[in-house]
Amino acid sequence: MSGARIEVIERNCKGCSICVEFCPKDVLEMDVFVVKVVRPEDCIKCMQCELLCPDFAIKVHDE
Amino acid sequence: MAKKSALVQGNQACAQGAIYAGCKFFGGYPITPSTEVAEEMSAMLPKVGGKFIQMEDEIGAIASVIGASLAGAKALTATSGPGFSLKQELIGYACIAEVPCVIINVMRGGPSTGMPTGPGQSDVMQARWGTHGDHAAIALVPQSIQEIFTETVRAFNLAEKYRMPVQVLFDEIVGHMRERIEYPEPGELEVIDREAPTAAPGEYKPYDASKGLVPPLAAFGAGHKFHVTGLNKAEDGFPTTKAELVAAEEVRQIQKVECEEARADIESNEEYMLEDADVVLWAYGSSARSARYAVNELRKEGIKAGLFRPITLWPFPVKRTAELAEQAKAIIVPEMNLGQMIYEVERVAQNKCIIDGVHRVDGDPLNPGQIMDKVKEVI
Amino acid sequence: MAYDYEKSIRPGKLPHIWCPGCGHGIVMKGLIRAMDACELDREKTTIVSGIGCASRLPGYLDACTLHTAHGRAAAFATGVKLTNPEMNVICCGGDGDGTAIGGNHFIHACRRNINITYVIMNNYIYGMTGGQFSPCTPTGMKASTTPYGNPDPTFDISKLAIGAGATFVARTTAAHPREIDKLITQGIKHKGMSVIEVLDDCPTSYGRRNKFRSVIDMMKRLKKDAVPAKAAAKMTPEQLEGKFLTGVLYHETDKPEYTEQYDALIKRVQEGA
Ligand SMILES: Cc1ncc(C[n+]2csc(CCOP(=O)(O)OP(=O)(O)O)c2C)c(N)n1
Ligand code: SF4
Ligand code: SF4
Ligand code: SF4
Ligand SMILES: [Mg+2]
Repeated sequence: MSGARIEVIERNCKGCSICVEFCPKDVLEMDVFVVKVVRPEDCIKCMQCELLCPDFAIKVHDE
Repeated sequence: MAKKSALVQGNQACAQGAIYAGCKFFGGYPITPSTEVAEEMSAMLPKVGGKFIQMEDEIGAIASVIGASLAGAKALTATSGPGFSLKQELIGYACIAEVPCVIINVMRGGPSTGMPTGPGQSDVMQARWGTHGDHAAIALVPQSIQEIFTETVRAFNLAEKYRMPVQVLFDEIVGHMRERIEYPEPGELEVIDREAPTAAPGEYKPYDASKGLVPPLAAFGAGHKFHVTGLNKAEDGFPTTKAELVAAEEVRQIQKVECEEARADIESNEEYMLEDADVVLWAYGSSARSARYAVNELRKEGIKAGLFRPITLWPFPVKRTAELAEQAKAIIVPEMNLGQMIYEVERVAQNKCIIDGVHRVDGDPLNPGQIMDKVKEVI
Repeated sequence: MAYDYEKSIRPGKLPHIWCPGCGHGIVMKGLIRAMDACELDREKTTIVSGIGCASRLPGYLDACTLHTAHGRAAAFATGVKLTNPEMNVICCGGDGDGTAIGGNHFIHACRRNINITYVIMNNYIYGMTGGQFSPCTPTGMKASTTPYGNPDPTFDISKLAIGAGATFVARTTAAHPREIDKLITQGIKHKGMSVIEVLDDCPTSYGRRNKFRSVIDMMKRLKKDAVPAKAAAKMTPEQLEGKFLTGVLYHETDKPEYTEQYDALIKRVQEGA
């Protein structure tokens, strides 16, 4: 399942890794200080990353 | 038609003046000898559709007053000694955020609980420098019941016009004294309402001083979304640490009160028999009543005494005090404290004449005899 | 899908000042979603805070915002609300701000049952000043002023609010983001004083000192120790040891709301009754 486009707003990301840790599908990884979308095709659009990001830095769009 | 008149207490007259000025909110906490102001407001405000709230302490009281003012109401609080101390932090907030409000302080002895039922004039320096940081201050010091009414009205006018807290200080003697007062008709005394901003919503900047030292203040809920903070801020109201902006704003906030034009507007004094005076009694509030009596008695004895009575204590009447120091042999400052305004008089007089004080802090008013004795001792 | 937070945030204000992983940002997003769910007209909404990291929240939101002095949010808000009862008034701030220096105003706003929604971000610490203990720091934990462990007993903010007379009280955590907006929405819609306690994390001033390896550790703890109030009813005291309850903890609709009471008083006085 996918059809998700995950947008990272790098300017806002502070690299806390909350999104990475709470993504149930390991879609995301840390790239030193910012988050990187590595397996977008696995995303189930649960929105956890977007809801939990304290910094308005990640958005899950419907494609 | 004869004007309406009544025999009322100073504290009541204060509340009546507030209503005349259009006050619509009172937040307070009871304390002797100011409590009657709250009692009177609790009875009168609902009649005019206003709100009265007894808060949990004096800090909450002034906080509620600042909140009410930001929501658009003319707002008042009243207190005495210990309560005045508690309010200091938020008086500073109203200064820096530039929120109009009126603070009544019916002075008693101190420090601490001191003498709750006795009069005092020992908060006059606190009225100037009580809150931390640089700031301007306006304090009015009426001496009679009639004047408490009119000065309370003027306090609201100045608060709205200069967008800041204005303090009215009187003491237990006039607060609790009853005198006949003649009520001004509606419209007889000037009542100044807050100037609303003309900026379109979205463009309003609460501290944009490009059109004058006092930018207009919008009310929350009137269509402008803006930010208010106690931090140093830029003209848009948001915090800044940019040195030049911080300094410029602080200077403007003092200038708006202390520039020559504002001083001329805010200062108010009464002068009595000063034309040829050798001795000037520099007295304010209820002490000025004894001083005036003393002037009359001294004149009978051939001593050329006169009275200078500031009605606006802050900003300090620098110019007139300096002129009187040139003219007179001596300036005597009677105060119900151990010496506060006398230091300011000394600073301004610059050794041009003798300066001496008459002090009393035992709970009794300064009497004319004491003042006369001091005058005779000095000259 | 992707939520439009930006329309509620003042242009140019992001990134915000909070540290990486600080829970306050999660709460702010929940508050925005709740304000949207309630369709609050931002021109008729005043958001009031005290001083502290949490209290910086209003500055980001495009509304009437009032950043007051340490502890005084509830008292300022009371003045705003009583003057203009039509105004939506929301308070927000930290545990220290609301329950230490501002404790008196907080309990009295609850007692009056004034129609204000108070979102209190409880990170167990004075974050802004570098991690001194607050009335909510658990006993035994480390803070910069409890180097030997905190000797003080702690406040339960929700219980305090209920005891003081608030009529809608709920608790959740930053690790339960959907519940944040659900509960704040209920709080805003409730007529009377509503308190929503959101337990969140201060990785910088609390986590580090108390051997949480990371903010993830702290978030996991919030998830693990949260017990929905309904589920708790079926649990034994042993099972509840070390846990806290979440969800709506108290809801009462009979107590009169303060500004309505005062308006009724005005009417009575003006009619000369
Ligand atoms: C009168 C006063 N006393 C003390 C302070 C210093 N101070 C600023 S924020 C703060 C603590 C804030 O803690 P909390 O409310 O829990 O917010 P957090 O920073 O944890 O989000 C303190 C003690 C102050 N600003 N004003
Ligand atoms: S929406 Fe869910 S599955 Fe997709 S990236 Fe975010 S957390 Fe992972
Ligand atoms: S949660 Fe947000 S700030 Fe933290 S790493 Fe992910 S995108 Fe960045
Ligand atoms: S110090 Fe703590 S509360 Fe303050 S921003 Fe950092 S993490 Fe958040
Ligand atoms: Mg805290």
